Amino acid sequence: MNRRRRRRLAAFKTVVYVVLGLFFLLPIAAMVEFATRGVGISSPRTLTAFTSIGSDPELVDAITASLELAVITSMGMLALLLPTMIWLRLRVPQMVRPVELVCLTPLTIPAIVLVVGFAPIYNWIEINVSDSILMLAFAYLILVLPYCYRALDAGLSAVDIRTLSEAARSLGASWATVMWRVIVPNMSSAVSNACLLCVAVVLGEFTVANLLNFENLQVAISILGTGNASVSIALAVLSLILVFFFLLILSFLGRALSRRRSAARA
Amino acid sequence: MTAVAVSEAAYVSRPLRGRLRVSTAWLGAAPFLLYTGLFLFLPTVLVAVGAFSGPHGPTLANLARLSQPYVVSAFLNSLVLSAVSASVGAVVGSVLAYAVATGSPDGILRRLVTAFCGVLSQFGGVTLAFAFIATIGTEGFIVIWLQQHGIRFYPNGVWLFSLTGLTLIYTYFEIPLMVIVFMPALDGIRPQWREATETLGGGTWHYWRHVAGPLLMPAFLGAWLLLFANAFSAYATAAALLDIGGVIVPLQISRALSSEVGLDQANFAAALALGMVVIVAIITVLYARLQRRSARWLPR
Repeated sequence: MNRRRRRRLAAFKTVVYVVLGLFFLLPIAAMVEFATRGVGISSPRTLTAFTSIGSDPELVDAITASLELAVITSMGMLALLLPTMIWLRLRVPQMVRPVELVCLTPLTIPAIVLVVGFAPIYNWIEINVSDSILMLAFAYLILVLPYCYRALDAGLSAVDIRTLSEAARSLGASWATVMWRVIVPNMSSAVSNACLLCVAVVLGEFTVANLLNFENLQVAISILGTGNASVSIALAVLSLILVFFFLLILSFLGRALSRRRSAARA
Repeated sequence: MTAVAVSEAAYVSRPLRGRLRVSTAWLGAAPFLLYTGLFLFLPTVLVAVGAFSGPHGPTLANLARLSQPYVVSAFLNSLVLSAVSASVGAVVGSVLAYAVATGSPDGILRRLVTAFCGVLSQFGGVTLAFAFIATIGTEGFIVIWLQQHGIRFYPNGVWLFSLTGLTLIYTYFEIPLMVIVFMPALDGIRPQWREATETLGGGTWHYWRHVAGPLLMPAFLGAWLLLFANAFSAYATAAALLDIGGVIVPLQISRALSSEVGLDQANFAAALALGMVVIVAIITVLYARLQRRSARWLPR
């Protein structure tokens, strides 16, 4: 690469980063500015909006519900997806592709469409099982399927599960031991990857909860926005920062995984 | 690939208790299939069936209602909104992706941009609507700051709470999505191609016009389709931003679902949903074709 082109590339990159950096960071900075505004124009900055989050019982309920849903969905996802994926790879490999196809289907059906089909099912659940917001976990498990499938698939293909399981089985291990004590510890970063993705999706979910009349974190932010904009914006800032850190951790985990994989290959 | 599949199939059916063992092995997938059957296929079937049923048995009346002017305009609005935001997002996003891809592959900048893009493309929705209200709403940061300097941000009326504002906010999550989707294609570009172009006497223009451009085109168009589908099915931002319902199809669906006026509204919602599914299905098929084309040269 000659010097002139390198200089032009550097200038181009600087312009791109500055302009897009402004475009992306300005709204987030504006949220922080808006949330810390005092009552009057000249009144000093205040954190009242942030501190009053904790004193609104409805809001606390919504936050708790979203966090509980995130945990339940992650556990449910692991319980449903992981044994199935390992079992099929070991014993019924001809079913791996069809199951993959099923897992990726939610990507092609918009949530707003699925919710139309969920409505009658949730009517039934509300009458016959429970009307708790935690029932949303059933729907969320479907929404996170594609993301978690990909994360777990990447982990599984990095481990030689056939050799591991044959070794464990010949030493007398049960299938449960093979899964939870032999294979899972070998793909722990993929598992935590899938869980973090799961948490990120559930904490950001609005469509299904709103249309099925449940009040989760995002619905609460939206309802609050019409009355008390600064508190709802404060909450939005907090949830954005939270998810950003989740995904930052995730990118480090992903790097550790790929490093281990390339080390295993070498 | 086929050889592996055959030998693995042989491994499964080889054991002494042959048939019995194969049939129990299939049962391992039963919980998964049961669950997805109940919460993925049943809802989809309910949408399809709902679109064709009325209070007096099967009917085409719900689909006929799709031709009403306000429904047609909602579909048109959705298509235009998705096309514009996908186009802007694809162009700007690929520029940003190029800037990142030409940097250090393991650098902190790249990891930051990727993580940031991950959040913004995933999280979106309600938070973004409020971010823009805080920025360029009537009480927004920029609006007030400009006002203090004697400039009016909205000389012709506030456009944030309309389709224009919605388009701007959509590009905010389309650009990061483009970066994520398009990056692998850019990483696949090899410096040797440029060197080969230069050896043959070609300049920057020739390189982009005849080498990199045509190679990246299928990946770019595929990414555009993905962005289009993403904007087309987005609901949260519009719901949080717009007070008036029904401007775009997802808002029509939500209005039909939450309306308690007509009994038939649920079936009308199903018909609207079916309309969306058809459009998204067409996009998915086109996307799969383009993916196959760009997969030919992408490193695996």
